[in-house]
Amino acid sequence: MIAVRDVAKQFVLHTQGGAVLPVMAGASLTVQAGECVGLTGASGAGKSTLMRMIWGNYRIDGGSITVAGVELAGAEPRAVIALRRGTLGYVSQFLRVVPRVPTLDVVAEPLLALGVDPAVARGRAAELLARLNIPEPLWTLSPTTFSGGEQQRVNIARGFIHVWPVMLLDEPTASLDAANRAVVLDLILEAKARGAAILGIFHDEGARTAVCDRVVDVTGFSVLR
Amino acid sequence: MSDTPLLSVQDITKTYGARIGCTGVSFDLWPGEVMGIVGESGSGKSTLLGCMAGHLAPDSGRVVFDTRDAGPRDVLAMREPERRMLGRTDWAFVHQNPRDGLRMGVSAGGNVGERLMAVGARHYGQIREAATDWLQRVEIDAGRIDDKPRQFSGGMQQRLQIARNLVTGPRLVFMDEPTGGLDVSVQARLLDLLRGLVRQMGLSAVIVTHDLAVVRLLADRLMVMKDGRVIEQGLTDQVLDDPQHAYTQLLVSSVLQV
Repeated sequence: MIAVRDVAKQFVLHTQGGAVLPVMAGASLTVQAGECVGLTGASGAGKSTLMRMIWGNYRIDGGSITVAGVELAGAEPRAVIALRRGTLGYVSQFLRVVPRVPTLDVVAEPLLALGVDPAVARGRAAELLARLNIPEPLWTLSPTTFSGGEQQRVNIARGFIHVWPVMLLDEPTASLDAANRAVVLDLILEAKARGAAILGIFHDEGARTAVCDRVVDVTGFSVLR
Repeated sequence: MSDTPLLSVQDITKTYGARIGCTGVSFDLWPGEVMGIVGESGSGKSTLLGCMAGHLAPDSGRVVFDTRDAGPRDVLAMREPERRMLGRTDWAFVHQNPRDGLRMGVSAGGNVGERLMAVGARHYGQIREAATDWLQRVEIDAGRIDDKPRQFSGGMQQRLQIARNLVTGPRLVFMDEPTGGLDVSVQARLLDLLRGLVRQMGLSAVIVTHDLAVVRLLADRLMVMKDGRVIEQGLTDQVLDDPQHAYTQLLVSSVLQV
């Protein structure tokens, strides 16, 4: 479902005299349906960079990345938009929302965008929020004022509300306590059992062992010295 | 995915004497897409918007719109009455200053109803009902239907302008700094409203703004303009997170957290 072939990435820093900074070359990996693959490597080795190229917010400067058969290198924006709407899900480390929108609607939004009935979408959002131990009185408030851990759980609820065939997870358990970490790991295992292809970054070794079928070390792809 | 763009802008150039307003601008907008245009004052973004919306006559280029009845047509080659009809039905224009888009001496209900009457609605009860419905959709208390816009706050005026524009169910909306000049809390509410309407109605929109946070939340695609030219365009988060052009990098790095 995810195929990364010989991918290269560089940054051109115009604010620093146009310095060209190659960061990655020869990156290759695949993720099959029903498989969870963990990215490993030291901080700065390029795990997030690779994830962002697959999500499409970083440009691919060489090679090819396909997600569910769609080529992302040089893709038209609308192809990526369509892919993200129904096929490719992403749980990032940051929650970016319109201020003042209630948490319930923030979580329900991916389903609303797919045209799901609002009552059904909110019902599903409520289930996930309850499962992730976000107290019900908070559901009508905007998550912008929540604690880091709560925001992360809102992000996870949003990321798991649709049955994405392909999922990218960037440190989904980073700032969670043991109970919530267990809930998130269950969600990942359920998604896998449904046949989702999952690529994740897990700094928490226990989490990695619990959900990953195998790991790919990105150190060999890094060209930063 | 549809194979016909809703709007196809081809090589638009507009000069003011020797000065370039905008030049060589081309893009396709697909059904349901929201495109943001950013750039500093004088970058040509408002000139471009004016050329697309028919407020300004470009020196050259084509603006092809996929009409309901006759398929893709060059809007610039249309006769004036045809273009005016398009402006009342399938197109909408939300001005930065609500006073430019509203009739200040006419009641809120009248402002919404007027656009319906312009496309042939005559039944008073139905017009008032539609106006009431739209006031509620933009979160204006139906009890204010007979008040004049000048009795409204800036945020309410902007929401009324949006109701007036969307009541005829347009397919394409042009917006010029729709959240400019509003308090941040009012801006947030308006952003949420616009996002909901775009989703529910399947609208396509072109939004001109200088606010990168607004495009991040509202636009699928982004075009960056400088000195009348498009210097970079693509997926919104790709342009903002991985800008390629020197000016875009400067623009993104100059902002307080987007």
